Formats: sequence, C-alpha cells, structure tokens
Amino acid sequence: MNGLLQQDLNQETFTINLGPQHPATHGVLRVKLVMDGEYIVEAEPVLGYIHRMHEKMGENRTWAKFLPNCGRMDYLCALSYNHGYVAAIERAAGIEVPERAEYIRVITVELNRISSHLLWFGAFVLDLGGFTPLLYAFDDREQILDLLESVTGSRLTYCYFRFGGVYNDIDDSFITGTREFIKRLRERLPMYDALVTKNIILIKRLKDIGPISKDMARRYGATGPVARGSGINFDVRKHEPYSVYSEFDFDIPVYEEGDSMARYMVRMKEMEQSMRIIEQALDKLPEGDIQPKKAVKMVKPEKGDYYHAVEAARGSFGVRLVSNGTNTAYRLKLRSPTYSNLSLFGEATKGMLLPDALALMGSLDLVIPEIDR
Amino acid sequence: MLLARIKEALSSLYEDIQEIQEAPEAAEAAEEVETAAADAAPAEDAQPEESPAEQKESDSEEASEEAEEPPAPPGPRETDYKTKGYHLDAALPPEKVVAAAEILSQQGFFIEAITGVDWIDEQQLEVVYDFNHFDELCRVVIRSRLDRNEPEIPTISHIYQGANWHERETHDFFGIIFTGHPNLEPLLLPEDADFHPLLKDFKA
Amino acid sequence: MPEPFRVILFIIFVMAFAGLNAAYLVWCERKGAGHIQRRIGPKEVGPYGLLQPIADGIKLMTKQLFLPKGVDPILFMVAPLMVMVPAIMSFCVIPFSEIFVAREINIGLLMIFAFASVNVLGLLLGSWGSANKYAVIAGARCVSQNVAYEIPMLITTITMVMVTNTMNLNEIVRLQDGWFWHWYVFRLDISLLMPVAFLIFFVCSLAETNRAPFDMAEAESELIAGTYTEYPGMGFGVFFMGEYANIVIGCALTTILFLGGWQSPIPLDFSGFLGVIWGLFWFLLKLYALIFTVIWIRWTYPRTQFYELLNLSWKVLIPFSLFNLILTALQIKIFPWL
Repeated sequence: MNGLLQQDLNQETFTINLGPQHPATHGVLRVKLVMDGEYIVEAEPVLGYIHRMHEKMGENRTWAKFLPNCGRMDYLCALSYNHGYVAAIERAAGIEVPERAEYIRVITVELNRISSHLLWFGAFVLDLGGFTPLLYAFDDREQILDLLESVTGSRLTYCYFRFGGVYNDIDDSFITGTREFIKRLRERLPMYDALVTKNIILIKRLKDIGPISKDMARRYGATGPVARGSGINFDVRKHEPYSVYSEFDFDIPVYEEGDSMARYMVRMKEMEQSMRIIEQALDKLPEGDIQPKKAVKMVKPEKGDYYHAVEAARGSFGVRLVSNGTNTAYRLKLRSPTYSNLSLFGEATKGMLLPDALALMGSLDLVIPEIDR
Repeated sequence: MLLARIKEALSSLYEDIQEIQEAPEAAEAAEEVETAAADAAPAEDAQPEESPAEQKESDSEEASEEAEEPPAPPGPRETDYKTKGYHLDAALPPEKVVAAAEILSQQGFFIEAITGVDWIDEQQLEVVYDFNHFDELCRVVIRSRLDRNEPEIPTISHIYQGANWHERETHDFFGIIFTGHPNLEPLLLPEDADFHPLLKDFKA
Repeated sequence: MPEPFRVILFIIFVMAFAGLNAAYLVWCERKGAGHIQRRIGPKEVGPYGLLQPIADGIKLMTKQLFLPKGVDPILFMVAPLMVMVPAIMSFCVIPFSEIFVAREINIGLLMIFAFASVNVLGLLLGSWGSANKYAVIAGARCVSQNVAYEIPMLITTITMVMVTNTMNLNEIVRLQDGWFWHWYVFRLDISLLMPVAFLIFFVCSLAETNRAPFDMAEAESELIAGTYTEYPGMGFGVFFMGEYANIVIGCALTTILFLGGWQSPIPLDFSGFLGVIWGLFWFLLKLYALIFTVIWIRWTYPRTQFYELLNLSWKVLIPFSLFNLILTALQIKIFPWL
C-alpha cells in the first residue's frame, strides 16, 4: 500500500513494467507502460535483455563459422535465417547452388515456417487465456521437429544450410513422412478453425482490436504477416523471388482490415500455402547433387556490399554484408523483421486497454532473441 | 519505372554537389580500403583453397569496376541487382539525407534498416539506409560518410518513425549522433553503456 | 444425537469437505485439463496421481509466509481468510441430502448470498494490501465484475423465491419432488424462460467465482496472477481453496434451485440410511456434473475481454433476468393454481 501511495500523488497516471518476466511477453521483453486505469497512455518497449551482439561475432569469425549463429536468433524459424545468410554469401561470392539443394531448402524452410506459425498459434491463444490449443499445436509441431531432426540433426537451432547447398540429403522416409504430415495437418486445420477461429470470444477479442494502417506499417517498415494483415501485398518470396520460389504456384494471403484478426488469419492461411509449396516441391524434386561439384571451401566474397532478403516466418529478414575481400566479414548487418514490427507497438497501443494491447502484441508474433540479436 | 522515377528524384539532390565533388572523395576512400585489405590479406593464413581461376575472375571484375568508376558523375548509381541485391545506390552528404528520406517517403518506400560501417582506415563512419518498396521491387540504398571523430547526422525519425529504433541501435553500436532524435538513449545495450562495440577499435 | 454435537460434527465435516474437496478438485481439474489437452495429467504421486494434491498441500504449507516489502501486513494476511471462511460458512446450510445438512434454517438462501458477497471484499483487500499494481488492477476488475454479476444473479434468485415462496433450501428441494420434469429448470409452466434463468444463474456463478472465461482476477497472461501475484505459500493456497469452495457453493446452489437438489430423476425413495446415501448420490452427481462443466469451459474457451464481460452482464443478462422476473410474476398471477 505504501508503495502505491508513495507514487506521485498528483499524477492521474501510473507506470507499470510489463516484463522482463511476464507471461505475455514470451521471453525477456520489457514494456514500460504509463497507464490511466486500464488504458495505456504510453507504451515503450525496452529491449536488449538478451542482446548478444551477433553482428560483432560475425566480424570476428570466418563466414562459415558464423553459420551456427543464424539459428540462434529466431529460434522458431531458424532455417529462414540460415537461408538468408547463406543466400547473401552465395550472392556475394557468386556460388552456384544445385537445384536439388534449392528444393530441399524450400521444403525445410516451409516446414519450419509451419512449425513457427503453429507455435505462434498456440501461444497467441494462450495470451488470450485459452490454454488448450497450445498443446494441440505442439502436438502437430512435434511431427515437424521429428522430420527436421531426421534430416538436419537438430530440433530447434538448425545449422543445416551450407554455402552452395545443404548439409544432408533428404531420403524417402523424410518425403513420405512429410506427405503424411501434410495430410494430417490438412485434417487438423479445420478443427482449429472450428474450435478457435470461429469462437465468438476469440472473434470479439480480435476483431477491430489493434488496427495497424497501411501507412503505419510503411513508416515503421513492418513486414511479414503484420504488413499483410494491413492489406499490403508484400512477401519477399513473391516480391523478389529468391531460391526456386518462382517455380511454385502459391498465394499470398492478404487481409485488408489491419486488426489482430487479420494478422491471425494471415498466418493461418499461410500454413495452407506453405503446405502447397511443400507438396509441389516434393513432386518436382529433381535428382542431383546437394552441394556444388567443386566443394566450397574458403569463401572470400569480393570487396563491396551486398544485400539479400528472405521471407522469414515473421517478415523480411535481410542480411547486409560488407566484405573487404577476406574470409571474415567487415560488417554484417542483420535486419530482423520483428525489430521493425515491434517498433510500431508504442504508436499502435496509444489509448488501448491493457488486454487489447497484449492481444496486439501476441499478434505481432515476437521472438525476443531475434529482436535483441 | 519506379526505379527511373526515384533515380531522377534523387538526382535533383546532387545539383549543388557537382561543384563540391563529393564522389571522387568516396572513390578515393574505396581505393584506400582496397589497399588496406591488401595489407590485411597476407597477415591471414595462406589460402591454398582459392583456385586461380576465381582469382582471375575477381581480378578482372575489379578492374572493370575501377575502369567504370572514375568518370561517373556524382548521383545515384544503378547497381547490378543480381550480384548486389539492391538497385540504386546514392551516396549523399549528411545534410541531404533528410531530403532524400522525404523523397523516398513520398514515393511510398518503406524503411528496411539503418546501420553503420566503421571505415577506420579513412577515419570515417558510414551510415547506410536501406529502403524498399511494397508494390514494386526496388531497393534503394542511401549512404552517407561522416567524420569518425565527430559523427553527426540529422535524424529521419520524424519522416520514418521506424527509423527511431534503427537510429538508436546505430547510436548504440557506433556512437553516431542523430541530431534531432527524440530519445537517443541506448536501446539494445544497457542504459548506462558508454561504449560502442561495433567500432573497429573497440576492445572488450 | 443432541443438536449442538450434531452441528459441531457437521461443521468439522464441512471444513474437511471444503478442504479436501478443494484439493481434489485441483486434481480433477488437472486431470481433466490433461485429458482435454491430450496429456495424462498428474500420475507420479500415488496411483493416478491421487496423492498429488496432498503433496502440493505439504509443499505450500512448508513455504515461508513471506511478507513482501511495502505490503499492509494485516490486510495481506486477513484477505485469504475473508475468501475462505465465508465459503465454508455457506456450506452449513447446503442440504447434501434431506437430513444431511448442518442447519436447516428458513433464510438459507439469503445467508449464502450474504456470505458470498464477502468473497469480493477479500479479493479487494488482498490486492490492495499486496501493494502490487497488477494486483490492484485485478482487484478493481474483480469488484466491478462482482457488482455487475451480482445483480442478474440476485434478480434470478428473487424470481426463484417468488416461485417457491421460501428461502429454506431444504424446502426448495422438497418442492421439486417426483419425476425430473418437476425440477425447476424444466418447469416451463411456471415460467417460459426457466431454462434461460438457469443459464443466467450458472453464468453468473461462473463470473462470481472468477472462473474462466471470466477469470479477470487472475488473468495470468495479462496480470501475471492478478490478486494472487504477491502471495506466497499457504496464503496463495487458502485463496485457491476459497476459490474452489466458491465454485462448489455456486454449483450446489444451481443444483438446489434448478436441478432438484438431492431428488432422483425418477420418484424412487428409500428410507433410513439408504435414503441418505441415495439423496447424497444424486446431489453429488449433479453437483460434480456442473463442476465438470466449469472445468470443461475453462480449458476450452479463451478469456473474454473485460468490457465484453461487463457488456454481457449489463446489456444481456440483466435485461433478460428482469424480463424473466416480470414474466414469471405474470404467469404466477394469471395461473395461480400452478
């Protein structure tokens, strides 16, 4: 009681710290909230609790030695980060990637994207107070982790891609397993739809909550499902097709509303599209090598700077390299999508109720190690 | 289409620069980097892996770049997207960056990232702005070189609110001061951090 | 048996029941949640994890009763009791079967509501006393929620009192004697909206006991643990027991008012000891069916938004319960022979 009274008595507002340990922030994010009752006057995310300075690490080790770091930023969609990094190096050093390796990359990345979205789905409903979907989603996600473990050797922090290819070829059991999983998830998604998406409580909590306008998304550089939920048809896979994405027929779900429901729907629909991509990739999977004929040993990109972006589960992940022609990066900038996505939190939550703001935060799909890097 | 439009719009910023001749300086700087790299190369382990063919290739390309560079007038340069990953590269003096951001904002570009590069050999810091467009594929890079001892550049966070955090991050890592920034406090580093870890002379 | 002994014995029974019931409801809840979520739930301690609540209780009791800095020690310590004690008191008038009741008093219904309203005071004091902003937000939510939901609940209760003409809980159950269509929830002849009244009452009791989807007092993904944020060990444990005791009271009242209390669905009566068991069996069956529904709802639905919760009460439940009151009054007036 004293603590409360000792606060500035002349002030109508009070400050609370959401985090760094708070169930809704999914990690060590802290948000300083100035509240007027339950209304948010001002929200300021405070970052850096697990900042590890990956960019400096990149300057201190050879290009190849940085590969494991990629899986430790966005640990939920680590393969996208693998992909972004190796693709940037391949562009800089002019390494050709065999087609089969590209297909394997697409298959595994899309599986990883589904697993990331599944986890988000569970955690998001958990944020809204629904416990059960989390465990159903984990049940499905576990299948993906098993599949990916069989080919990459790890379950979460993958380091599977190599410059010019992938580390391990996929076998028949992976292919049949993936097909079975897709069949299974196709049966499960309607259940999620009936159990969660059509739930009146969920709809009331998400519809028209936390609107993010097109212009706001642009000014803050929001990408990924956040931008697509605001009616922006922007997906790096279509926008600047990298790898072999141009060979697949898939749609980019875009919702115009800009509210939390729109972002929710975008991700749910994206899982279906990812399954379409995987199926096509499995059908078309060419025979051949998974690494270049001439092994890539010492990578030395030419002097200059290079940029490569990929569509990670949370938006556009960009790698900007500055090379001075040696086997180490001169500068390695990692543009993580949620960093930009979260930066609009302060503006978007002005005047919002605390639970609504948490719904909005959940719909941004935050992964804190990726923000802090 | 968009590329041409934005190139033309950005070119207008160079009108008064032609006399000052900013660009050759940058070219000079690049040369210095090359020599620096060359110095650094022998210090590393011998590189038996690199095939002579590759070296030749790179040599020839470097040569061609060098051949192209000197006559280039100041202005936004179109780059080869396939090898570089961006379309337009505009080196601007710091005071022009805000105008460039305004132009880009009018054209509907969004901000991808802001970052710095420490060119310690030239005693310069470079600020790199990455812009991209939602509707059309067009990546624009704005770069600006600052004096390493007095790195100051005006903020663009009033045009792109998203730049706020990127600028704070760049301030954290390089100590670059974004004048006019509303809240230039450490974001990723601890709030009492007085060091800038991405500077090349930073010792942990 | 002389009356004082009987009452003392019964109160001991009630306290044991309230405590053990809370403990085993936690077990049920965890098992239920486990099976709803395709898990097993507790299974290590004892067969089927049956000793888990005991182990939990011991763990909670051995924890230090730590007073965080800045709390009001008296309010902080008293608050859990103010949730628990009234709940236990209410058990005294709940008829588990025709004679299995501590005191059959003719204002039993009133007494339960009187005690139930203390519950929210306990939560409020606890959250204010813990000097935690999250707890204070939860406390404020709690009060507005309880105020909002007490109204439709009481209006529905008044309707029922109008129908039964008594506040004696035993009497209310006796009036529902016979086949199951004599239970008030099916008595459309008294009021066409009787099933709706049942639903209103049940929803209100969910909200009054702060259960999902109306668990604003705890709201763990928003307010960490709401009112209970600062409570260590048994302080938290007592709150929890109080919460579960309140769930039982709410469900027992619903059973008594609408589902015929100890009455079996078919008119089949036994005398003596067997009759007590028979009544007890039906009462507990209905009670636990309702409690299971409460658990089921919690693990199925997300939490409502706070203003939606208040809207539901003020804009839906109160008008409906008022309408039900008027309709019932009319029906009783027009068809007085029913």
